[in-house]
Amino acid sequence: MTNVTSSLLLAVILLNFFILGTSRLGACIRVVALQGALLSLLPLFLYGVNIHSLLLSAGALLLKGWIIPWLLFRAIRQVKIRREIEPRIGYITSLMLGALTTAIAFIFADRLPLQPEHMQSLFIPAALSTLAAGFLMLITRRKAITQVLGYLIFENGIFIFGVLLTEAMPLMVETGVLLDLLVAIFVMGIVMNHINREYSSINTEHLCLLKE
Amino acid sequence: MTNFLLHLLLIFGLAPLLPGVIARTKAVIAGRKGQPLTQLYRDLWKLFRKDLVLSRTTTWIFRAGPLIGFAVPVLGALLLPFGPAAAPLSFTGDFVLYVYLFGLARFFTILAALDTGSSFEGMGAAREATFSILVEPTIFVAFIILVRISGDFSLNAMFGAVGSGKLLQSPTAFSLILTAFCLFIVLLAENCRIPFDDPNTHLELTMIHEVMVLDHSGPDFGLILYGTAMKLLLSSAMVVNLLLPVSGNLLLDLTAFCGALLLIAVAVGLVESAMARLRLIRVPQLLIGTTLLSFFGLILLLR
Amino acid sequence: MPTSPSAIHLVLLAILLFFAGAVLPMACGRRQRLAHVMGMAGALAGALAGLPAALLFLLTGQTEHVQPVWPGTGLQFALSVDALAAFFLLPVFLLVFCCALYAHRYLDLPSRGGRAARHWFFFNVLAASMALVVGAANSFVFLVAWEVMSLSSFFLVVHDLGDEQARRAGWLYLVATHLGTAFLFGLFLAEYRLAGSLDFSSFEVLRGLPPSGALVFFALALIGFGTKAGMFPLHCWLPEAHAAAPSHVSALMSGVMIKTALYGLLRICTFLPPLPAWCGLLLAGLGISGSLYGIALAALQPDLKKSLAYSTVENIGIILLGIGLWLYCGATGHPGAAALCLAGALLHVWNHALFKSLLFLGAGSILHATGTRTISKLGGLLRRMPVTGILLLAGGAAIAALPPLNGFVSELLIYLGLIKAGLAAAGGQAFVFMLFAALLALTGGMVLLAVTRLLGITLGGEPLSEMSARAHESSPSMLAAMAIPALVCLGIGIAPQVPLALLAKPMAILAPGSPNPAAVIPLPFNADWSLVALLLTAITVFGLFLRRRSRPQPGQTTWGCGFSRPSARMAYTAGGYSQFAQDEIYGRGPQPKVEQPDRLGFFPALRRFHREFRDPVLARWFSPLFIRCAGLAHTCHRLQAGQMNIYLTYIFLATVLLLGWSFLW
Repeated sequence: MTNVTSSLLLAVILLNFFILGTSRLGACIRVVALQGALLSLLPLFLYGVNIHSLLLSAGALLLKGWIIPWLLFRAIRQVKIRREIEPRIGYITSLMLGALTTAIAFIFADRLPLQPEHMQSLFIPAALSTLAAGFLMLITRRKAITQVLGYLIFENGIFIFGVLLTEAMPLMVETGVLLDLLVAIFVMGIVMNHINREYSSINTEHLCLLKE
Repeated sequence: MTNFLLHLLLIFGLAPLLPGVIARTKAVIAGRKGQPLTQLYRDLWKLFRKDLVLSRTTTWIFRAGPLIGFAVPVLGALLLPFGPAAAPLSFTGDFVLYVYLFGLARFFTILAALDTGSSFEGMGAAREATFSILVEPTIFVAFIILVRISGDFSLNAMFGAVGSGKLLQSPTAFSLILTAFCLFIVLLAENCRIPFDDPNTHLELTMIHEVMVLDHSGPDFGLILYGTAMKLLLSSAMVVNLLLPVSGNLLLDLTAFCGALLLIAVAVGLVESAMARLRLIRVPQLLIGTTLLSFFGLILLLR
Repeated sequence: MPTSPSAIHLVLLAILLFFAGAVLPMACGRRQRLAHVMGMAGALAGALAGLPAALLFLLTGQTEHVQPVWPGTGLQFALSVDALAAFFLLPVFLLVFCCALYAHRYLDLPSRGGRAARHWFFFNVLAASMALVVGAANSFVFLVAWEVMSLSSFFLVVHDLGDEQARRAGWLYLVATHLGTAFLFGLFLAEYRLAGSLDFSSFEVLRGLPPSGALVFFALALIGFGTKAGMFPLHCWLPEAHAAAPSHVSALMSGVMIKTALYGLLRICTFLPPLPAWCGLLLAGLGISGSLYGIALAALQPDLKKSLAYSTVENIGIILLGIGLWLYCGATGHPGAAALCLAGALLHVWNHALFKSLLFLGAGSILHATGTRTISKLGGLLRRMPVTGILLLAGGAAIAALPPLNGFVSELLIYLGLIKAGLAAAGGQAFVFMLFAALLALTGGMVLLAVTRLLGITLGGEPLSEMSARAHESSPSMLAAMAIPALVCLGIGIAPQVPLALLAKPMAILAPGSPNPAAVIPLPFNADWSLVALLLTAITVFGLFLRRRSRPQPGQTTWGCGFSRPSARMAYTAGGYSQFAQDEIYGRGPQPKVEQPDRLGFFPALRRFHREFRDPVLARWFSPLFIRCAGLAHTCHRLQAGQMNIYLTYIFLATVLLLGWSFLW
């Protein structure tokens, strides 16, 4: 089982790289969905098939793998954008930063006083590097939709942490996280529509004009 | 001595088959019949008997380029183990020599291209030099990963340590698979395959390698084609060495190795059929991504 | 002082011959031809006297002192040569020989003929001072020789006084080298305070220093020597000065003069107690960033010699990487890897001296033949200067570390050291080693871009200007001066065990008890090379066979891809060659400053497009810093009002302050 979970986590990290390096929004959304779907399988492999993990997996799969991507696809169809044209930091640089944060995550995870069974697992570094990738997306991209994707990746990172702690934390916490996110997506979707209607663009930089 | 002859036989005999396999795969997928598998052998035979045209501008280096581009893969073949057949030339640190030998070939190919004074060949040369900057670290990191796994500094031992069928159980499996993936991308980039370059379109401004050899003709062009095919075989052999387990039966292993080489060629054909060529400015992006991926493999291995 | 003549007396003789070669041409008055011959004879004779001595020291590993009588002063003019000094003396003598041989015809230009005496004076003084710096046995001699070396090379840089660029470069060089020397003064004064003597032999007591004290010394040495060596980011003077100097002087400066700074650094390291590991890491980090930076800029320079000078920054980076890793591996307990890194760094000192002087001399031949250094105005030179072209190609292949030339051997040693250390270390530390190895590989790729651009555009294709079309082959003496380093390059590449054996003694001084690199990595490679030789012969024969069978049909133009009349103006230029890398890979750092024409208005005016390559470190860090300093100084300038009563006030105030100070404490 550890081999499967490690492969899943590894795939998650590799998908982080992909998201940071690509400019196509459609591909980005698909990859984030794939990432979410892979992560939703995690509880099943980690805790075996029981009602708790099944619920968690099914919920996560539904939300991360289907509903949110569908919403996002609808959003980009409506606002008719396909690419992040000019990110604040170039793709190559953000890729390198992603690699750097991943390396740091690994080094940091080795230093943490973890439970012995988690020492060699990829959970902590994967979670940290996914969080960092989410942050990088939030920092470096201009479009609101890529920012939403950044939030999603960020949430995926939290989810990895959450899965590790499922036994310690009740299901409610996890559901709360998901619900939180759903609300965030709705809000962003609505905001995005409004921004688009007002400014004919979803560049968040235009929002800076509001500060006056 | 047996290994020596075996390596020479494989590199000279099998290399021209691989481009044929790629072309046939693409043809079949496109619904065409395609050229015969042995087309390159016939081309070479034809080219070696032809006269050649030399530009007024060129000097000896224009003719030295193809010859060195032909000799280097042969020497490289002696350094690289072919599946069960150990490399006849092996010493501590031979992997550095392997990498830099191809640097030597590139040096002379580029100079031969620039010797024509043609703007097109200059362009190809510039691109070749630029992309090689990004390719070289990837190959190096791949070798470093192998050194770390095997604890040895010669290509024989490095590939020998992963080829004994322990690939998938060992804790190093992830980095090995990543390495193999990176080496496959390097194969596509180094041998001017489709996401990077299109070997079938002559005279297009986005070409890299084909445009460098526009002025070569006759036997020189034959040497270039032969050298390119051998380079393709070596790149494939690196990937195969990583992934193919060894059973111990020499004949069986050798057959499996050759089969795997052809499979790689089919895979290249599939990639070429499925993908479009990347925009030129996306190429560095992909290559840097590959380098970072190989670094990630190194991190995984080291923790 | 031994009474029988020994090897060190030969070194002394060499230095005296250099001085004779310096002074005698001055005495020749207006007889330029005689001055020329005298100066060259002095340099050649001195080099020939020094060479066997240095080789003897390297072979035997002996140490010899000599203190020539210096009546009337208390100063000891002490010289001492050991294997480490001899290691650096050998390239000094060899390259002085080649450069003097080269200068004979190179200086024959009408514009330069009138200054032969002055040139030979400074040239020979430079040669003598370099030998003295390396042979100095106390700080006094070292610093005097160091200063003489700086000044004589400065005067050589500004040899062409009419050249505005040369004067600016000389000025920058003078300022930079003296700032560095100030740190060296601090270093040696502090050592004098601690050791109580100026003699290097008494500096042994420094080994008892606490780590913090050792760090101060290391920092002073790093800044002082690093400035001279062209260590990133203190390299700013180097590209300008090397480009502006006459080519054989560039070769001498780039090949050996800046290496004397490395000698100083290594020598100081032998005095100090073991340094903490991060010092080595810092040095290695500076080294690798310098090599990446240097080679990225080398690929962008429009000027042939400036490009070579930036490649010097890169190679110094590689050497510093080796030295830094030697310190780091030594401090973290990897003696085998440390030995390999040190051997690689030391061998690279020699290698770089050889191939860089070869390339600079070749560039000088091109300059001599065409009158321009701009790469995009050259082209087609392999046809017009076949021998120079081949020699330049050999130098280029060596600098790109291509087998079977010498650059490959030293880089191989550093690679193996790095990977060996990475193999033994664990976790993050191992990753650091591997990262350095990968970055070195990245540098290798970038060198290929820079070198193919340099050689491909200048040597290949059609002449891109009238000047290039009229080029002629250099004279035999210039070719011979280039052929010597080229042959040594090839020799080291083919038989690396010979220089490695010579390395054993200096390494024993630097790292006592370290394993011999030849024992760690068996060189020559233990492989069966006869079959390879056979195979290569077979391939060559095959190539010749093909060539004989096919009848070349020369006399055609290069295929223009459909253009009916391709011309040289359509050929790829140096700028175009590196454009893609510059835009897409190297990032914003090394971008040139471009003055675009204004936007087109209703009434088109005269417009100009101008791009200027200024060193980014100089332009962004040092220039603003110095401008601010100048501003500050300007503010302080108000104190100096020029009126007597104000100065008297200052004196009065100072007296009062001093009185108060002595009263209170």
